[in-house]
Amino acid sequence: MNITQLRTQFIAGTLTPTAYMEQVFSVIADKDTAVNAFLDTYKAEAIEQAKIATAQYAEQGALAPALLGIPVALKNNILLQGKKATASSKILENYIATYDATIVTRLKEAGAIIIGATNMDEFAMGGSTENSAFGPTKNPLDVTRVPGGSSGGSAAAVAMGAVPVAIGTDTGGSVRQPASYCGVVGFKPTYGAVSRYGLIAMGSSLDQAGPLTNTVADAELVHEIMSGLDPADATTIAEDTYPNVPVKETYTFGVPRSFFASGVDADVLAQFEAKLVELTAVGHTVVDIELPMFEAGLAAYYIVMPAEVSSNLARFDGIRYGLSAPGDNLLAVYENSRAAGFGAEVKRRILLGTYVLSSGYYDAYYGKAELVRTKMREELAEVFKTVDCIVTPTAPTPAFVVGAQSDPLSMYSQDIFTVPVNLTGVPALSVPMGTVERDGVPLPVGVQYIGPHGGDSRLFDIGKKTYDSTL
Amino acid sequence: MTKEEIRTLGNLSRIALSEQEVEVFNAEIDSILEYVSAVKNIAEATRDTKSLGVRFNVLRTDEVINTLGQYTDAMLASMPKTSGQFLAVKKILKQE
Repeated sequence: MNITQLRTQFIAGTLTPTAYMEQVFSVIADKDTAVNAFLDTYKAEAIEQAKIATAQYAEQGALAPALLGIPVALKNNILLQGKKATASSKILENYIATYDATIVTRLKEAGAIIIGATNMDEFAMGGSTENSAFGPTKNPLDVTRVPGGSSGGSAAAVAMGAVPVAIGTDTGGSVRQPASYCGVVGFKPTYGAVSRYGLIAMGSSLDQAGPLTNTVADAELVHEIMSGLDPADATTIAEDTYPNVPVKETYTFGVPRSFFASGVDADVLAQFEAKLVELTAVGHTVVDIELPMFEAGLAAYYIVMPAEVSSNLARFDGIRYGLSAPGDNLLAVYENSRAAGFGAEVKRRILLGTYVLSSGYYDAYYGKAELVRTKMREELAEVFKTVDCIVTPTAPTPAFVVGAQSDPLSMYSQDIFTVPVNLTGVPALSVPMGTVERDGVPLPVGVQYIGPHGGDSRLFDIGKKTYDSTL
Repeated sequence: MTKEEIRTLGNLSRIALSEQEVEVFNAEIDSILEYVSAVKNIAEATRDTKSLGVRFNVLRTDEVINTLGQYTDAMLASMPKTSGQFLAVKKILKQE
C-alpha cells in the first residue's frame, strides 16, 4: 500500500497504525530471512509509537501530521540517535549514533515511525549491496539476483512490501539504480535541496538523500518533508537559489541517443523506445539531443568520488570511535584498524583517491576531472534552453545474478547514466518502465527523468503524469 | 603502476596491505586509472583553463549552542579506550 492510501485508511479508521505495524513486522519475519534487507529493526518501540499514532488519529483525524503512523526504513548510513549507524562496515559495527540526522528529525516531526535500518554497500560504495560486511541483500523479485545498490536494502524493503517508504542516499546512482532493479520509484534531489547533516559522508560534493517509494506522489511528499535549508549544512539551498522551473501541461523531452550506443541491453533499449512512443502519444514532444561531455562523466566520477572518499574516510582511524586494532605504536594502530575495518572496495577507492590527489598527479587527474565537470554543467545549461527534461534508461541492464560482476570496472559501468546527474548536481527521478525477461523471470527496468537545477517539482509532475496515472 | 607504488599508497592511506592485496590492487587500480585517463584528452580538447566556479565560506556565529556535558557520556562510550573523562591514546613522544 502507498502512503496516500494508508493515510486515508488511518483517518477513516478502517485500518489503524497499530494494526498496520503488526503487518509490517510480519512481512519482515516472512521474507527478510531470504532477502536480508534489514540490518536491524526496532519492533517494540515502533509498535509503541504506532499505538500513540492510533490514538492521535482518533483525536485529530485529517489534521494529524502528514506522515503520522507511516513506517519508514533508513539506510544505515543515516544517523538515528541511540541506534547503530554502521554504514555496513566492520569499522563501525558497534557505533551508536549520538544525534539524529536533520532528515530524521524532520521525518519524526511529521509523525513518521522509524522501524529499522537497511543494508547497503559498505560506506555506499557499490552497485549491488554485495559489498556489505553483514552479507548481501537479495532482490525480492528474484532472490538469485542483486537488488542493486548502494541503497539495495532500502529498495528491497519497499519492493518486498515491508514498508511504503525507505530512505536511501545517492552519490552516483545509489537510489535510482536499485529503484530500477527492484521496480520502485527512486528520487535524487537537486544538490543542496536536502541536508546532509547526520549522513555518513562518502563524496561530499555528490551525496544527497532521497526516498524510495511505490508512487511518485509518495516520493514527492517525503522529499518535501525532508528538504529545505538547514543551518547545520551550509550547502543546503533556499527556494530562490535557482530560477523557478515551472510545471507544464506537456513537456519537451531530450534523448541523448549517442549515449546509448554501446553497453545497453537490447530489450532494455526496446522498453525505453516504447516509453518514448507513449510520451509522444499523450502529447509530449520527444527530440534528440547531444551531450558529448556526459559520456565522459563516468571517467570524471571515478576520479572525483575516490578523491572525496579518501578524504572523508580519513576520520576512521581506530582512535576516537569504531573498531580499534592493536598496534605497537600510534601509526600501527591506524594502519591495523583500517586494514581490519574496511572491505576491499573501500580500500580500493581510498588508494585510488590517495593517488589522484597526490603531489604531481593532482592536476592531471582531479584538476582535469573538475574541468570536465564544469563543462558538463555548461553543456547541460545549454540543452535545458531547448528541452524541459532529459530522459534515459536508469541503468543499462536489469538486476544481475549475485556474484556475476566481479570486475570493478564492469560494476562501475552500471552507473553510466546516473553519475552525470550527481557530478552536475541536477535532480533525477527513476520510475519503472516495464520488464525484461531473464531466465524466465520478468525483471523490472527503470526510466530516468533528469531536470534542471531546482526542477525537482517538475520531475514529480512528470512522474505523476506518466507513471502514477498508469497504476 | 608498480607494487612499490601500491605499498606507498597504502602507507599514505594508513592502511596495512597484505602482499595479496598489493598484488590484486595493483592490477585493478592500473585498469581503473587507464579508464579514467580519458578525462585528460577531453579536458585538453576543451582548450580551457581550470575554472573553479563560485567558492565561499559559510560560518555560524561563534557561540556555545550545546549545554555542558550534553554529549560527553555518549562520546566517551563510543571511544575504544578511555582514562576517566579522557580519550586514551598511544604515547607519541619518548621520555628521555
